[in-house]
Amino acid sequence: MSLATFFQHLANGISLGSLYALIAIGYTLVYGILRLINFAHGDVFMMATYFAFYGIAIFALPWYISFLLAIILTGILGYFLEAGAYRPLRNAPKISLLISAIGASYLLENLATVLFGGRPKSFPTPKIFTDMVTIHGVAIQKLTFFIPVVTLIFLFFLLYLINHTKSGIAMRAVAKDHETASIMGVNVNRIITLVFVIGSLLAAVGGIMWGMKFPSIQPLMGVMPGLKAFIAAVIGGIGNVKGAVIGGFLLGITEIMLIAFLPSLSGYRDAFAFVLLIVILLIKPTGIIGEKIAEKV
Amino acid sequence: MKRNTILTLISLAILAIAIYFIDQNLDSYKVRILNLCAIYVILAVSMNLINGFTGLFSLGHAGFMAVGAYTTAILTMPQAVKLQNFFMVPIAKPLETLNLPFLPALFVGGLLAAFVAFLIGAPVLRLKGDYLAIATLGFGEIIRVIFTNTQTITNGALGLKSIPNTSNLWWTFGFAAFTVIFIAFLINSSYGRALKAIREDETAAQSMGINLFKHKMLSFMVGAFFAGIGGGLLGNLLGTIDPNMFRFFLTYNLLLMIILGGMGSITGSIISAFIITIATEVLRFLDDGMTIGSLTIPGITGLRMVVFSALLMIVVLFFTQGLMGTKEFTWNKLLNRSQKPLAKGGRS
Repeated sequence: MSLATFFQHLANGISLGSLYALIAIGYTLVYGILRLINFAHGDVFMMATYFAFYGIAIFALPWYISFLLAIILTGILGYFLEAGAYRPLRNAPKISLLISAIGASYLLENLATVLFGGRPKSFPTPKIFTDMVTIHGVAIQKLTFFIPVVTLIFLFFLLYLINHTKSGIAMRAVAKDHETASIMGVNVNRIITLVFVIGSLLAAVGGIMWGMKFPSIQPLMGVMPGLKAFIAAVIGGIGNVKGAVIGGFLLGITEIMLIAFLPSLSGYRDAFAFVLLIVILLIKPTGIIGEKIAEKV
Repeated sequence: MKRNTILTLISLAILAIAIYFIDQNLDSYKVRILNLCAIYVILAVSMNLINGFTGLFSLGHAGFMAVGAYTTAILTMPQAVKLQNFFMVPIAKPLETLNLPFLPALFVGGLLAAFVAFLIGAPVLRLKGDYLAIATLGFGEIIRVIFTNTQTITNGALGLKSIPNTSNLWWTFGFAAFTVIFIAFLINSSYGRALKAIREDETAAQSMGINLFKHKMLSFMVGAFFAGIGGGLLGNLLGTIDPNMFRFFLTYNLLLMIILGGMGSITGSIISAFIITIATEVLRFLDDGMTIGSLTIPGITGLRMVVFSALLMIVVLFFTQGLMGTKEFTWNKLLNRSQKPLAKGGRS
């Protein structure tokens, strides 16, 4: 393998990793606060791609307006998802919450099949993103550079929000302890909603860029990226935003490199992440930078 | 013999007579639906053993079913059919001539599924709650990916076609009855009480001297065994299988059944397996459209599944207990309803 192709694979790995990272943040935020795997997150991501698709392809909006609308609509979807599927079960046993999450995911997938049709659609990627740039003889799509940059910008905003704003402090407080936070005057429900909306917004950004990078979209497209992003969040240490980003990049790059170096294994690409998950959970269940949570009896 | 045993035997005999008449009189479409009902009883009850009685939230059932379905199919297919199927890549050598009758093939499928459960259970059963859910879901997907890629054994994405149809109402209801009786015995044995103790509180169960890992593994393997048998019957009934049949959708459908019936109730799982399977057929008009008089209402493909997933949400949000909760049908309850007062200690 020449150095040029190696860098091409690396660039691809980084941009795939950025997408995983964007989705993984949504998982990690929700898990941090509710201790719940939001199974429907991958489907929120799928819905965002369809919103953007309809904006451009059916309503013929300029791409930036369509993307903005898609992101806003996905935020609203996240709000209703939380209010409909999770808030009624706030005090229910955890298993009910988990089943509700699976049910919500199942419902979104089936709704999408009915509303958008089961056949794959081709995402209309705006021309400026698909242009090629040639660096030292390696032709790479502009999109490949665009994705990590956008990811880092959103990550920066998110970290600012969590570390330096009142809402961010409240979020961290709720993650530590719901009751104590509410005694201190934090509106726990409002914060949980906020977390869901932020997670959905980031998933929307990821979904739109995913649609541009892998332009065949279909109602089940969210399942695999969703599961893999969750795995990325676990690898990085669930509940930790930076961990989710590190895990996302790690998973994206290893996945691409695995296929690049061992093409015979490319059929097993989807299995690889799960093997990695099981290994991580057995060796270091708290992930790379996760904190240990003592179990109460 | 005890009264209850006699009553159970009588009802089994009635079931056999009913099957005999159904087999003679109903058309093949209705028989097929009843076959599916019985197979889903096997699958739902076995999944309930793992999820409802032991409290292990496992989503790997489709994977175990795939193992059973493929094993049974490959073992029962005659050599000529195998050659027809594997026209892209020839089948691996020893499998080509390997042939077993239906019953041993089913058991081999079930045992293989249980063995796979043993292999993945060793690492995965250390996990709890949602981690276990995602690891088992991942395992189900891994099985699917492996079966898509091992072309010399499973014929890859093309799947297996013209599997010889052996299963009929006797097979499916026979196995359904066997599954229900076996699992009911297991639940009421000391093992079953240990499983329920683990479900209620792992730490407390452990301090009472219950070996957590051993019991979880037992439940996981028995559940997988029956999932394998159910998968084998399903593949045999349908005649064709391919890896995409065993996606997580299948597991979600089973989950809907055990939630609707009540987590931890065999009776509930049986009832809801029948309800859901029959409803799947009855609601077919949602997908295909229907005609009332001169009015034609076009169907919307996939609407049926929306109804089912909405049903799952409604049950989870508003009827957490499902139809039966953890209650069971017993002869005592049925017969002693009017005989009061209760015996000492409040038990009937």
